[in-house]
Amino acid sequence: MTELLIASIMTMMTAATPLVFAATGELICERSGVLNLGVEGMMLIGAVFGFAVTAITGNAIFGLLIAAVAGSLASLIFGFLTLQLLSNQVATGLALTIFGTGLSALVGFDYVGKTINRIQTIHIPFFSDLPIVGRLVFGHDPMVYLGLIILFLCAWFLRKSYWGMVLRAVGDSDTSAHAIGYPVIGIRFAAVTFGGMMAGLGGGYLSLVYTPLWAENMTAGRGWIALALVVFASWRPSRVLFGAILFGGITILQLNAQAAGLGIPAAFMSMLPYIATIVVLVLISRDAIRIRLNAPACLGRPFRPER
Amino acid sequence: MKHLLKIMATAIVSFATIGIIGNASADKLKVGFIYIGPPGDHGWTYAHDQGRKMIEAKLGNQVETTFVEGVPEGPDAERAIAKLAETGHGLIFTTSFGYMEPTLKVAKRFPNVKFEHATGYKQADNVSTYSARFYEGRYVQGQIAAEMSKTGVIGYIASFPIPEVVRGINAFMLGAQSRNPNMKVKVVWVYTWFDPPKESDAAKVLMDQGADIITQHTDSTAAIQAAADRGILAFGQASDMIHFAPDTQLTAIIDEWGPYYVARTQAVLDNTWTSGDTWHGMGPGMVVMAPFTNMPNSVAEMARATTASLTSGALHAFTGPIYNQDGELVVAEGAVADDGMLAGMNFYVQGVDDKLPE
Repeated sequence: MTELLIASIMTMMTAATPLVFAATGELICERSGVLNLGVEGMMLIGAVFGFAVTAITGNAIFGLLIAAVAGSLASLIFGFLTLQLLSNQVATGLALTIFGTGLSALVGFDYVGKTINRIQTIHIPFFSDLPIVGRLVFGHDPMVYLGLIILFLCAWFLRKSYWGMVLRAVGDSDTSAHAIGYPVIGIRFAAVTFGGMMAGLGGGYLSLVYTPLWAENMTAGRGWIALALVVFASWRPSRVLFGAILFGGITILQLNAQAAGLGIPAAFMSMLPYIATIVVLVLISRDAIRIRLNAPACLGRPFRPER
Repeated sequence: MKHLLKIMATAIVSFATIGIIGNASADKLKVGFIYIGPPGDHGWTYAHDQGRKMIEAKLGNQVETTFVEGVPEGPDAERAIAKLAETGHGLIFTTSFGYMEPTLKVAKRFPNVKFEHATGYKQADNVSTYSARFYEGRYVQGQIAAEMSKTGVIGYIASFPIPEVVRGINAFMLGAQSRNPNMKVKVVWVYTWFDPPKESDAAKVLMDQGADIITQHTDSTAAIQAAADRGILAFGQASDMIHFAPDTQLTAIIDEWGPYYVARTQAVLDNTWTSGDTWHGMGPGMVVMAPFTNMPNSVAEMARATTASLTSGALHAFTGPIYNQDGELVVAEGAVADDGMLAGMNFYVQGVDDKLPE
């Protein structure tokens, strides 16, 4: 029983990790006031370039770096269109997803069916051998830790750091931030790029660690879940972690319940995270002050610097 | 939201693709394919695409082929099929169960176009159905699993609770029981044909729960790779997956659609095409087993013998006595299940450790 519990928690953590990456990136992006619906596309682009480079060079770490770079470059296209040319963020984000789906299929055409050496779970002598705790705390692959570290850094960045506050100010009132003299467009570019990088890493995690293969559309909607997750978390990093484990974990729990023959309808379990999102949305919408506190006020609004 | 957007995206991409191909020359017979996944899944859609390529190779001078990939089952499928019919395709293969109603609807509007729907059970004057008796392969897999498993628990990743899939689970169970009456099969329904990370999750969960052999009825190679990762044996699905897991794959059921596709295309060219229902198994070569690997010689011999008797017709995978989960006798001793029962199978045989979703 303990064995099963540990195994399930381990599987849950890996299921949550791609969501942690993508949602953290999107959260920073949205806090700066930019709504990028292209997460799914950027994840796919990260996944395919990471996989291709790993297949060529045999180095999965290098592949991950490329996944991050590819995701950033894709987000720069989005940034240029929405921030410089002031195109509609929703439409451009959707276009980015469609573009990413197509581009990744094109690039990945020759890599379908290739195999690579995946990034292995780490093994720290002594610590990883501890009973129970050893595997739970020290037995994951390095990306799980990287995701958590970045998430905590982002939480600190938004809350405590100077530039984090500037970023929030830009997201909450672009005109005021601009009037005080902050480079609104520049900061938004940085946030969008960071979002792209993280989505790329999340995609890279899927194709290099989670299921070490490339298949068209292999993210299978995880980018959209990451977007829902940011709303679910009401733009707070700490809740992203909770939400990611909930969203990722429910799938694993659901499968576990089935394999154990508990007879809970799978469709019901799969529905739960989304119901939770709706409930959270209703709860935070009920209170006008809370919305003001949480949702970036300028989310999705184009900004044209005057004077 | 997620699905709506995906559907929108797919629709736009699909129609863009067809728009380009629609301008091709008119004197050749145009044969269209609707795929549920990408041809690169190395599973179900891959196998159909191999069939399409065989048409190109054999009849390339009289025929040209088109495919639309990643078409979701549902209203979107209807539009994709209709688009193929509108752009002058004379024969259209729709290669997933969920395309049944859309295919029939479109067929009504285009009486001169011939349709071939895979794994369905409803025909019309211009709609044929075809499927393969994959369950014969499942029976062989069940026998191998019973011989190779140490824990006596097999993990089975299932897609949707439709007769096709239920039949596979039952055949697997019957095969396993024929070698070891106490075998257990744990079933996990993932409600998708193609979602590599989810298939991988399901495999992990089943292994967490003590399954030491994994088999799947989904389309990607993720499950067998997850098994390989933990050093557990598994079966390939729809095409030979040995390349992905050389030390893991015991065998695989290979769908061999090519000869059927070529014959049906030829029939349209010769004007001899008629609507019908084709359900071929190992005998006519529509279901083929990949080489038996990663098992002792004795087990491989047994598997070969079973395959041979299924091929010759000496053995039927559903031979009585067969009991359902409530212990009622559904196929009497010595009798075999008729095609009607097989085609509409909606019950588990005794021994499956799961409740069939309704």
